[in-house]
Amino acid sequence: MSNEAVVHAHGAVATHEGHGDHHHEHHHHETFITKYVFSQDHKMIAKQFLITGMVWAVLGGLMSVLFRLQLGYPDATFPWLEDILGKWAKGGRITQEAYYALVTTHGTVLVFFVLTAGLSGTFANFLIPLQVGARDMASPFMNMLSYWFFFAASIVMLSSMFVETGPFSGGWTAYPPLSALGDASPGSKTGMDMWLISMALFVVSSLLGGLNYIATVLNMRTKGMSMTRLPLTIWALFFTAVLGVLSFPVLFSGFILLIFDRNFGTSFYLSDIFINGVGALPNEGGSAILYQHLFWFLGHPEVYIILLPAMGMVSEILSVNSRKPIFGYMAMIGSLFAIAILAFLVWAHHMFVTGLNPFLGSIFVLLTLLIAVPSAIKVFNWLTTLWRGNIRFTPGMLFAIGFVSLFISGGLTGIWLGNSALDIHLHDTYFVIAHFHIVMGVASMFGMFAGIYHWFPKMYGKYLNNTMGYIHFWVTLAGAYLIFWPMHYEGLAGMPRRYYDYSIWESFKQFVELNRFISTVAMIVFAVQLLFLFNFFYSIFKGRKVTSLNPWGATTLEWTTPINPGHGNWVGEIPEVHRWAYDYGKDGKEFIAQTTPVGADESEHH
Amino acid sequence: MMTSVQTNEPKRIHPHKFTMWVAMGSIVMAFAGLTSAYIVKKNQSSWLEFDLPVVFWYSTAVILISSVTMHLATKAFKAREMGRYRTLMTVTAALGVLFIVLQYLGFVNLEANNIALVGAKSNSAASFLLVITGLHMVHVLGGVIALLVMFIRAYSSKTKTYSSVPVEVAGTYWHFVDVLWIYLFIFYNWIG
Repeated sequence: MSNEAVVHAHGAVATHEGHGDHHHEHHHHETFITKYVFSQDHKMIAKQFLITGMVWAVLGGLMSVLFRLQLGYPDATFPWLEDILGKWAKGGRITQEAYYALVTTHGTVLVFFVLTAGLSGTFANFLIPLQVGARDMASPFMNMLSYWFFFAASIVMLSSMFVETGPFSGGWTAYPPLSALGDASPGSKTGMDMWLISMALFVVSSLLGGLNYIATVLNMRTKGMSMTRLPLTIWALFFTAVLGVLSFPVLFSGFILLIFDRNFGTSFYLSDIFINGVGALPNEGGSAILYQHLFWFLGHPEVYIILLPAMGMVSEILSVNSRKPIFGYMAMIGSLFAIAILAFLVWAHHMFVTGLNPFLGSIFVLLTLLIAVPSAIKVFNWLTTLWRGNIRFTPGMLFAIGFVSLFISGGLTGIWLGNSALDIHLHDTYFVIAHFHIVMGVASMFGMFAGIYHWFPKMYGKYLNNTMGYIHFWVTLAGAYLIFWPMHYEGLAGMPRRYYDYSIWESFKQFVELNRFISTVAMIVFAVQLLFLFNFFYSIFKGRKVTSLNPWGATTLEWTTPINPGHGNWVGEIPEVHRWAYDYGKDGKEFIAQTTPVGADESEHH
Repeated sequence: MMTSVQTNEPKRIHPHKFTMWVAMGSIVMAFAGLTSAYIVKKNQSSWLEFDLPVVFWYSTAVILISSVTMHLATKAFKAREMGRYRTLMTVTAALGVLFIVLQYLGFVNLEANNIALVGAKSNSAASFLLVITGLHMVHVLGGVIALLVMFIRAYSSKTKTYSSVPVEVAGTYWHFVDVLWIYLFIFYNWIG
């Protein structure tokens, strides 16, 4: 059904339940403020999330470059560092306090602000209404609030970097006592207060967003769009939202107790503590492990909050660009569901060495290793989707394939770490760093890049430059492996994470050259990301214009909207859906859009 | 083809109502987290046993009655008996405020009996009671604010609303915080 047909038919047909009762093409009068700032249009909010996420990605990435400088060149001094960082790089070398602050903020920012808000915030907002056939979210106002809470969280986190005692520096997990006692370290003072405020705002933002995503997927689908006709992107974003809505409140509970310990002298997490220069504290009976339980009850689902959107987008992009239906659609949904359930049952594998009961540990080992099953199902389905496909190697497709590669590489080391016995040796080493950076960090970044390259034409009505896209892809893929692969060896050799200087350590002196190599690659990869950003912003204004409604020949609903859709997405009536999202290469046709009615002579359809 | 857009689809739940249900699930998780932490903590050393303040029984009665008035208010709205609706909303909000005051008095009572809720001398048992009950009070306060907004709306002559959705959403939330308190009350007294 083309848009034109819809426009002409509009008015003659009855609208249906829940939506469609306002035809938005004649907008309310939009000012600059309502269109670009306090916008309630899901597409604009998506772009706001994306660009804020990009700002954070640059800052967070830059932080990693700075601490990699320390790790790669522990003896060198860089006078320019003192020029930009002042007292945090006295004599041109990053101080220990600054190093810990950089690692902590890098982790917090990348996990929450870039890969949660920047990834699912962007694509859940952008794709859910467009792909389910809705004019906007269930509550556009809450959606707007979601972004502005994130913005406020960003401002507070950014400000914490400029306080005298520096930002929080006790690790992104904010374990007490470092996070609970202002006297414990410089970063535990004002920086930690601001970290908590920022994260509380962020939780509110995630919850407001998540509620909307769930309600929209379940209630706002267009006629004919049954749940099993949804593209896998929507399924993945839906499970992501469910995970967030059920796990962030628990983190929030943990934070409330932490705030009471910090500010009101309670003893939830604190017991028998002596601080140098302060003396013995009166707190008694608390348990720091309790915080870890509450934190990881969010923390582990958080990993999948980051990863599932990438999985969903990769499934869609692989299928579109292989010109083949996704292999095992129902198995893909089933495995997403299994991962979402298991995500809640494995948190203690982060705590194998906290004195956890070994019997309990063995149960968590079993549940953790079970995740390999749905993960493997997904990997096989991606590979079989590619198999004998008519593959178009667009930059988006390359990033999607790169995601599969990274997910396999990083997933395999997850099987090592999920064993409580191996974890005794590997816990808190560079092996862990390598594992989660590949499987969660870089893989999800790849999913995000794939999504940006693929849906940029829908976002801005322009194409990204392909040449820059290819350079971006190959350097980033090679770089990701060159950075993180060697870290596995360092970790197996026992090299612990979070240390400031390994060159003074007899056992790890041997890694000085390797660390320098990793740092060098990290800088190159960072530079290539700047090339991507240039491509992004340049293409918004000067990119090649999109001239056809459906440039990728995709089946899904977003490509039935005008090239630059207004608020309300469709001109006139919302199209009706007649089939699933993956009719590629069916009955001799290259693809059949979801809006095409099923013909009398068609073979079996979904 | 276009005639097929005519629809006899089953009536779906209103998105705002549904969102409220998901939000309630989310709030349940926050309290589930806190009450699990309570159980874990209770089974460790140095847990102080003490009796709940008696006033919590009164506050329980108050919040139960407020649920009844909220239910009647919703019914009144649907029957377009706006005078009755406004009266019942006022009563409900007032009972909500009374509930919060009674809970506060409970804390004062504990402090008076030398059970410190916060500070160096506090025991986690009392601190937990404060944090969990306090978080619940904040949720009740949120409900009171929602009721006040709707109360003002009911007087506004500019926007006349006939949709009962906002009232029903607020009512659902109100019953939810009621049930949540009943759960907490049973938890403190007999489970925790």
